[in-house]
Amino acid sequence: MVETVFAVSAVLILAGAVGVVVFRNPVHAALSLVLTLLGVAVLFVLNDAHFLAAVQVVVYAGAIVILFLFVIMLLGVDTAEKLRVEPIAGQRPLAVVVGAALAALLGTVVIIGADVLTGLRRSAGERALDGSASDIERIGRVLFGEFAFAVEVTAALLTVAVVGAVVLTRRTSRPRSAAAAADASLQDSDAGPDAPSTDAGRGQ
Amino acid sequence: MGPAGLSVGWYLALAVALFAVGGVGLLVRRNPLVMFMCVELMLNAVNVAFVALGAGLNDVGGQIAVFFVLVVAATEVVIGLALVVAINRRRAGATADDLTTLKG
Repeated sequence: MVETVFAVSAVLILAGAVGVVVFRNPVHAALSLVLTLLGVAVLFVLNDAHFLAAVQVVVYAGAIVILFLFVIMLLGVDTAEKLRVEPIAGQRPLAVVVGAALAALLGTVVIIGADVLTGLRRSAGERALDGSASDIERIGRVLFGEFAFAVEVTAALLTVAVVGAVVLTRRTSRPRSAAAAADASLQDSDAGPDAPSTDAGRGQ
Repeated sequence: MGPAGLSVGWYLALAVALFAVGGVGLLVRRNPLVMFMCVELMLNAVNVAFVALGAGLNDVGGQIAVFFVLVVAATEVVIGLALVVAINRRRAGATADDLTTLKG
């Protein structure tokens, strides 16, 4: 039973991953990414990480992929990429070679090291997974006990990210340079005949 | 052995394959959005390895690490997509190959 679930989700994960790489349309790639993310959530459930599985579905498959789709929609970059054209000669075969070498290297490490690594020790006490506490209770206790400082730093990181995103995507009201002027003319053509008057109004 | 009875090695093998596919995609694709998706694939491969090893070691630390990876991945996507929007405002339809300002 467990083996079947693992095999099916592994096939789905890898199929989704390959789909992300080979689909020419970014929207299809994003939907393929959802398949991989849901497969990973199934693997989390298989490892008794139920809270993380829920977070994976909500944050990754929900928020992050929706963010991707929104940006694709906003920018209108749904034009398919020409995968036949190679801008740098020999890049594709080299990339595949590098990927295969990476997989071989990591695979060797796994084969040699997995048993050593996992047979080394078993945690006990608050961090042990086989205790009486539920999954979410255990994570909460460790997260806000041992890792409280890291949680605070994470809060700072999120704040910086929000401020950074706002600053990066903010439109300047007055064209200052040639690039900004081109930007403004692009806006005008997008917004139609009403745009110049509003732009002039903003400039004063 | 994990709690479910399946060897940790299987999860690690899957994680390796997923990581390699994501890496190849990052090298091959030129659309910055799809490149970000490939980075997400690689992060998810690491998450699978973290959770499987945590289960193998009977330790909740693996799940804690995945929690932080999720947060950092979310911020990374927010900043990355903001950069993509800002770049596309200057030059519509720019791929990774068009951004050669830093080329020596």
